[in-house]
Amino acid sequence: MSDFISPVPEEGYTGYVKEEHHHDMGGDTIFGFWIYILTDCLLFASIFATYAVLRGNFVDAPLAIELFELDYVAMETALLLVSSFTFGVAMLGANAGNKRQLYIWLGATFALGLGFLVMEVKEFIHLSHVGATPWSAGAWSAFYGLIGTHGLHVFFGMLWLVAIVFHLRRDGITADNKVRLMCLSLFWHFLDIIWICVFSVVYLMEMV
Amino acid sequence: MSSNHTIVTDPHPILGRFTLDSIPYEDPILLTTFMVVVIGSIGIFGAVLYFGKLKYIWDEWLTTVDHKKIGIMYVLAAIIMLLRGFSDALLMRSQQAVAVSSESGVGYLPPEHYDQIFTAHGVIMIFFVAMPLIIGLMNLVVPLQIGARDVAFPFLNSLSFWLFISAALMINISLFLGEFAATGWLAYPPLSGIESSPWVGVDYWMWALQISGIGTMISGVNFVVTILRMRAPGMKLMQMPVFTWTALCANILIAVAFPILTVCISLLTLDRYIDTNFFTPAGGGNQMMYVNLIWAWGHPEVYILVLPAFGVFSEVTATFSRKRLFGYTSLVWATLCITILSFCVWLHHFFTMGGGASVNAFFGIATMIISIPTGVKLFNWLFTMYKGQVEYTSTMWWTMGFYLVFTFGGLTGVMLAIPAADYVLHNSLFLVAHFHNVIIGGVIFGLFAGIAYWFPKATGYTMDETLGKWAAGLWTLGFFVAFMPLYILGFMGMTRRLNYYDNPVWNFWLLVAAGGAVIVLCAILVQLYQIFAAIRDQDKNRDWTGDPWDGRTLEWCTSSPPPFYNFAVLPDVRDRDHLTYLKKHGLDGKPPPKYEPIHMPTNSWAGVGIGMLSLPFGLAMIWYVWWLAIISFLAMIGCFLAWNFFAKKDYWVPVEEIEAIEKKRWEDYALGRNYQPDVDPAQGNTSSTVSL
Repeated sequence: MSDFISPVPEEGYTGYVKEEHHHDMGGDTIFGFWIYILTDCLLFASIFATYAVLRGNFVDAPLAIELFELDYVAMETALLLVSSFTFGVAMLGANAGNKRQLYIWLGATFALGLGFLVMEVKEFIHLSHVGATPWSAGAWSAFYGLIGTHGLHVFFGMLWLVAIVFHLRRDGITADNKVRLMCLSLFWHFLDIIWICVFSVVYLMEMV
Repeated sequence: MSSNHTIVTDPHPILGRFTLDSIPYEDPILLTTFMVVVIGSIGIFGAVLYFGKLKYIWDEWLTTVDHKKIGIMYVLAAIIMLLRGFSDALLMRSQQAVAVSSESGVGYLPPEHYDQIFTAHGVIMIFFVAMPLIIGLMNLVVPLQIGARDVAFPFLNSLSFWLFISAALMINISLFLGEFAATGWLAYPPLSGIESSPWVGVDYWMWALQISGIGTMISGVNFVVTILRMRAPGMKLMQMPVFTWTALCANILIAVAFPILTVCISLLTLDRYIDTNFFTPAGGGNQMMYVNLIWAWGHPEVYILVLPAFGVFSEVTATFSRKRLFGYTSLVWATLCITILSFCVWLHHFFTMGGGASVNAFFGIATMIISIPTGVKLFNWLFTMYKGQVEYTSTMWWTMGFYLVFTFGGLTGVMLAIPAADYVLHNSLFLVAHFHNVIIGGVIFGLFAGIAYWFPKATGYTMDETLGKWAAGLWTLGFFVAFMPLYILGFMGMTRRLNYYDNPVWNFWLLVAAGGAVIVLCAILVQLYQIFAAIRDQDKNRDWTGDPWDGRTLEWCTSSPPPFYNFAVLPDVRDRDHLTYLKKHGLDGKPPPKYEPIHMPTNSWAGVGIGMLSLPFGLAMIWYVWWLAIISFLAMIGCFLAWNFFAKKDYWVPVEEIEAIEKKRWEDYALGRNYQPDVDPAQGNTSSTVSL
């Protein structure tokens, strides 16, 4: 037992803590949510990799460069970026305990998210009509796969937002609800960052 | 399993692809198995009702969020699946032993049946035996080792478990309803595409893996948070027990690798369900993309399995050498190195893709580099034993078997890492022998050692040591007899997954290998008897003190089995080997001065509810029964929302309840201390030898 280097315990040390401190469970949840976002990052990374491999394989389908409308997509991008800002203001409202501010800006976030999704679905419909469907070629499969996954995330985020509003209406701005809002806001900003990558890798790269 | 089923191209609105001939009722083996399963299930359920235990099982097990009970359930389920996977192994070994076409025909298993068997064997052994054993042991041990009262998200833990159970059931249902994939365990396209595999087999594979994979991912996140945020006061990262360290690394790997699997399977699902072209070259897809994605998950998966096994060996070696672990810091860093390197080697699974000399050289060298930190670990364990008072318990037998078998497998792995050699050995039985060599020698031996080591902690009584040594010895012997011939056959040019062959020279070695499988069967029977004997003799082998092995780490400070709150008062950690530190300073075995109320999570119906709803969802997707898929998916969401909005999630345990439990615990402890010297030392109960 000569290999012990730990100090001799002080007088009164029993091996047990003297007093248990309250464990920060909300902090666990937010940290856990960060780890979840890490997993989601890897999920998107895999789909991006697939897109990068397949992006030139149009076979007989129309080429992306002939169909992409950068102005339209820039509008979509703007909607999503602004929604990140509105969510930020909503969080400020939550931290200040201002329910009115919170609801108004959450509502604005929801509306912008909805606008983004509607634009995306319209783009999908338009592309399908001119022969670029998910099954028409490998490159288009990868396109719909990547953007569709992001769109599903946004859709899920909006459902989550509705659920949180029900929580808020029932319980007010409690500690639990603040943790919920914090997680959703992380999620929402994360989707924004992913969209910036989508916009650059899918649309801008096609234009250069 | 029949090959004459109807391929339904136009699914029925109610029944989907299901027709009466989806049920293989003309196959006597399957029909008998099915009847046994049905009668057995009715019998068990009837017995539960007869003894009035339904409420007990629902309250104490099905809805539990207690990490210890979830861990035990994982291990039990894995043992049952081990029997299924091992039956597949016996079928394959016996088929190949007799399938020389020149002598006795072509064996007794038709090709489409044989192909499903080797696919099921691989899938079951990795996803439904090794993974649940690993996650089960982590559940059981990690919170105890770090002095926590549960995992960070107990409800998600229960959900993960039930998603896994749902996927395991799905795999077994495929025996009696439709077919299983006949593609090999990773289901490469184009073979797994809709044209080559039009029926339900690959769909069973996809949905079972998708559902259990999502469960595993949730577990990974859960354990990373648990280990990083819920350690007892005073416990620094470099004071965590090595098993916890390896669990942390394994769970980081899960969090990083499993999303890739999710994507890979999802893209295959899209290809099969809506005709996208991710993996179909004719439509502009790239099937090597699938192979890259699945191995970018698959290689880290190997380390997800083996790192916790290394952790077990570290605990066992230190405990039974009666010495502090040699080179703790280097062992931790070696683990971290492996964690990172495991993401840089996936391409060695398909050198023959033709990535070119420089690509293959990079991945070959990266693969060889992994053997360095692994070698560091082996020397850590050997130097821990050096000048230790090594006690050869059954767990040490597993460990010695591991040194022997795993080192051998590691060396053949370095051979396979040479791209030029791999071009010859690729897809041969040499490869099959190699990965069984490392997975049986590393993962399976480690898990069996872990089960023997922590069995008393989970149940409150020890297992028979002699039987344990027999099991370890027979497994080691059986392994060599079963797999050394496969190395030889690989050199003789025999490829893997052969249903029959016409080279009579191979037959001798395949007969030897079949003999090895029989030895392993004996080992497994010994293990089952060992568990039975342990339950039968539990009163003789009770572990009163909670420290049957003269342990060193935190989990041995509490009773066996621990109370539901694990620690009445949290430990104040000063040393890497907390219990040894207490023993050295004469502080062990003393109750805390006072108790306070404890905050605990409540049981929840939602985990088992959502998990079990994923079963009809998966089956409905497999059989194209869209209405059922929609209903069960919405029901899953509904269950989650109901839990989220209305469930009571935690409560406080009053001091009186804790005092009553702890009073009993310390009476037992005193009893155990006084009683121990009379116990036969062969039983392995040696806690009286504590150096006070």
